[in-house]
Amino acid sequence: MEIIMSFVIGFLFMAAVYLMLSKSLIRIIIGTGLLSHGAHLLILTMGGLGGTAPPVVADGVSVSDYADPLPQALILTAIVISFAVTSFFLVLAYRAYQELGTDNMNLMRGTEDND
Amino acid sequence: MSLVFLIFLPLIAALFIPLLFKKLGRIHTGWFVLIVPVILFIYYLTLLPTTLEGGTLVSELSWIPSIDLAIVAYIDGLSLLFSLLISGIGALVVLYSIFYLDKKREQLHNFYVYLLMFMTAMLGVVQSDHLISLYLFWELTSISSFLLIGYWYTRDRSRFGALKSMMITVFGGLMMLGGFVLLSIMGNTYSIRELIAQAPELAGHDFFVWALVLILLGAFTKSAQFPFYIWLPDAMEAPTPVSAYLHSATMVKAGLYLVARFTPIFAVSGTWIWLVTGVGLFTLFWGSFFALKQKDLKGILAFSTVSQLGLIMSLLGASAMGFHVENAAETVFKYAGFAAIFHLVNHAVFKGSLFMIAGIVDHETGTRDIRKLGGLMSLMPISFTIAMIGSFSMAGIPLFGGFLSKEMFLTAMLAITEFDLFSMDVWGLLFPVVAWIASVFTFIYSFYFVFHTFAGKHKPEELPKQAHEAPIGMLISPAILAVLVVAIFFVPNFVGKWIVNPAVAAIQPFLYDSPSDVHVHVAAWHGAITPELAMTIGIFLIGGLMFWTLRKWQRSYDAFPDKVSLNRLYDHFMYMSDGGANRFSAVYMTGFIRSYLVYMFGFFFLIVLSTLFLNEAFAFDLTNLAPIGFYEIVIALALVGGTITILAAKSRLTAIIALGAVGYSVALFFVIFRAPDLALTQLVIETISVALFLLAFYHLPKSSKKEERIGFKVGNGLIALGVGATMTLVALSAHSQKILPSISEYYKETVYSEAGGGNIVNVILVDYRGFDTLFEITVLGIAGIAIITMIKLRLTKKEGQHENK
Repeated sequence: MEIIMSFVIGFLFMAAVYLMLSKSLIRIIIGTGLLSHGAHLLILTMGGLGGTAPPVVADGVSVSDYADPLPQALILTAIVISFAVTSFFLVLAYRAYQELGTDNMNLMRGTEDND
Repeated sequence: MSLVFLIFLPLIAALFIPLLFKKLGRIHTGWFVLIVPVILFIYYLTLLPTTLEGGTLVSELSWIPSIDLAIVAYIDGLSLLFSLLISGIGALVVLYSIFYLDKKREQLHNFYVYLLMFMTAMLGVVQSDHLISLYLFWELTSISSFLLIGYWYTRDRSRFGALKSMMITVFGGLMMLGGFVLLSIMGNTYSIRELIAQAPELAGHDFFVWALVLILLGAFTKSAQFPFYIWLPDAMEAPTPVSAYLHSATMVKAGLYLVARFTPIFAVSGTWIWLVTGVGLFTLFWGSFFALKQKDLKGILAFSTVSQLGLIMSLLGASAMGFHVENAAETVFKYAGFAAIFHLVNHAVFKGSLFMIAGIVDHETGTRDIRKLGGLMSLMPISFTIAMIGSFSMAGIPLFGGFLSKEMFLTAMLAITEFDLFSMDVWGLLFPVVAWIASVFTFIYSFYFVFHTFAGKHKPEELPKQAHEAPIGMLISPAILAVLVVAIFFVPNFVGKWIVNPAVAAIQPFLYDSPSDVHVHVAAWHGAITPELAMTIGIFLIGGLMFWTLRKWQRSYDAFPDKVSLNRLYDHFMYMSDGGANRFSAVYMTGFIRSYLVYMFGFFFLIVLSTLFLNEAFAFDLTNLAPIGFYEIVIALALVGGTITILAAKSRLTAIIALGAVGYSVALFFVIFRAPDLALTQLVIETISVALFLLAFYHLPKSSKKEERIGFKVGNGLIALGVGATMTLVALSAHSQKILPSISEYYKETVYSEAGGGNIVNVILVDYRGFDTLFEITVLGIAGIAIITMIKLRLTKKEGQHENK
């Protein structure tokens, strides 16, 4: 399963990078969303996908049966932060469009005579 | 009183200066400042009996003990001599500045804060025993010099001169730091005293010559030696009290101090002797030769300072020869060290007075151009007398202190011809010859300075102001210095015993155990015509003759092309580095966010892949895999399908919904891989995200699909493919090898016993890694504030801008 997941992760990263390199602001934001999904799955896969029980202490479950709790803790933090970043980007895009009338990054570019 | 505290006394006083300037503007701020150097000078005078006996004083302020960093004030003969110069000349300069700088028109609080900052820095340089604190104070002198040169910051020349001095001296300072680091590695200590104690062991070290050259670069840049001297003439844009203080009496002597301080370590080396003596002597010649080309009074003095610093430098180099000669304390080799310190004192005294006179002339006539000046003798008789005393001392004429040290300099140069190591037996004769020629030019420019200003024909029509004698307050300081010039001639051995000998003993510990061992008797007349006296008479005759005919041959200086000069080299270097850096960064700083992302992803791809293969970190392990289940495959396909939909979507709505699908698939993955908390969080967040996207989408433009060309797409695709492949390899390798045991086992085992919780993930977040969570919440909070700010605080364009469109 880990092998398949590795390719899924690679695919997610590829799609994310492709989207981030485009000129449209909304596609860039979607790209960052995909990038964080890829990163979350990467962390999960790194720790190993084994374990037969969720990492909650329960009677009759030995320590080795728990899924790895550390990647889960990391991912939980990462989900919240990526949400914060995504919503910030969205509002930024919205305001930038309101002020500048475009969502094309190339047109937003500041130049020396267009600060 | 602690010595370290005294170093910082001027800086502490500086804190009150702006307040005094604002509140007590009626009284010239200089009067308050004057107290500081006077206190310091009197205190340092009381230390003289200690150093006379060869005693030393140490006071230490620990700063960062963990890296062995401390400010150690160390007083011996050498540092006390410099401290006296700094506080003594400092007091006179402050007194002079009270009359030079107008309290109504000038930014006095700036001026005196910089000046006091310099005083602390300079005292720190000469008293620091710790290499790193010495370096810090050293750079602080460069910074305060920069600020003082640029004091009249509205003038282009001031800013140019300030930057130039900063560039050159800080370059040297950095080189010196390198030398210090090497020294501390060699000796395993930062203390200069301890390094000197183990000097014989250091000499054989591989880094020895490197440390030597680097430290000399620091000394040569600071003391304006050839070819680094070019900053000093431009530094003359500073107010004249600053020129008198920093750029002749103290700061430029920091390089001499450094050479003197390190002589006990480096004297063993032939490279040291050749470099210090050779560069010094060449600078002496160069400076005195080009002083005659100058038309500006302060320009003449700047070149003369360069030249005199070279003279002292060469003497310090020659003093290292005493290390190689048997029983040097009884031979002719004993003179160089003594002459170096003696001339250093003399130079500080007479050059200080000359700078002050140049300032007076400037102040009272409105110009420093020597071609417009002349005939001021009858109008400014006191200034003329002081100028004459200073100049004659500089020229080495009897009845003035300079004569004694100048003659001793010739003695020391003649002694080099008897030195037979380091191929000096072949080249040795060159030294007295160059010294003699340079002395002739010194004689001429000294006369040029005083007589072309004060003698000759008065030209009132060329002067911006009606010339008259300076106010009495302005004359006090130069007059005191002039009296000292004469006094030194009559009681040289008193000065020698109290001030020079202790310093000489500190420079040449290999010759003298204590200051009382220094047996140099200074006398104006040795009872017979000695070779050096003959040379001096030659200087007077030839120099006098050439001065007489100066007007005929001075014009030949114009033959030196301006285009091929060190100044041009500096200008070109600055121009090229400035423009070059701009052009270079313009190449890659395009302003397109895509370019920056391409750099990032490109380098990421290159670095990760090359690290992976260079370290043979790639691994592929098929054992220990989780089983592949039906649901996993379905979800993986859904996820990939959703991603492809995003890529291919024509409409944004489709893309956003597909992104939601991808997010939910990830949540399902979390369910399957036994991460219930993650699944819950992901579901909630994904729902809110999609809602937010749709909200933002509502306001964004409909479509902009037409923008992309095929080549653009292919390029992006290749980069994306590279990054994706890299990540797959990283994921595979990360899974296939576990080099370190995971800390997870610890968490699993102790979660109940240590933290008293059942949900391991939650306990990690709020307990084991509680700070991580705190910062996570902070990030969330910052994002929230930023969003509210963007929506609420609308800094809309001004009306005018809309109309312009």
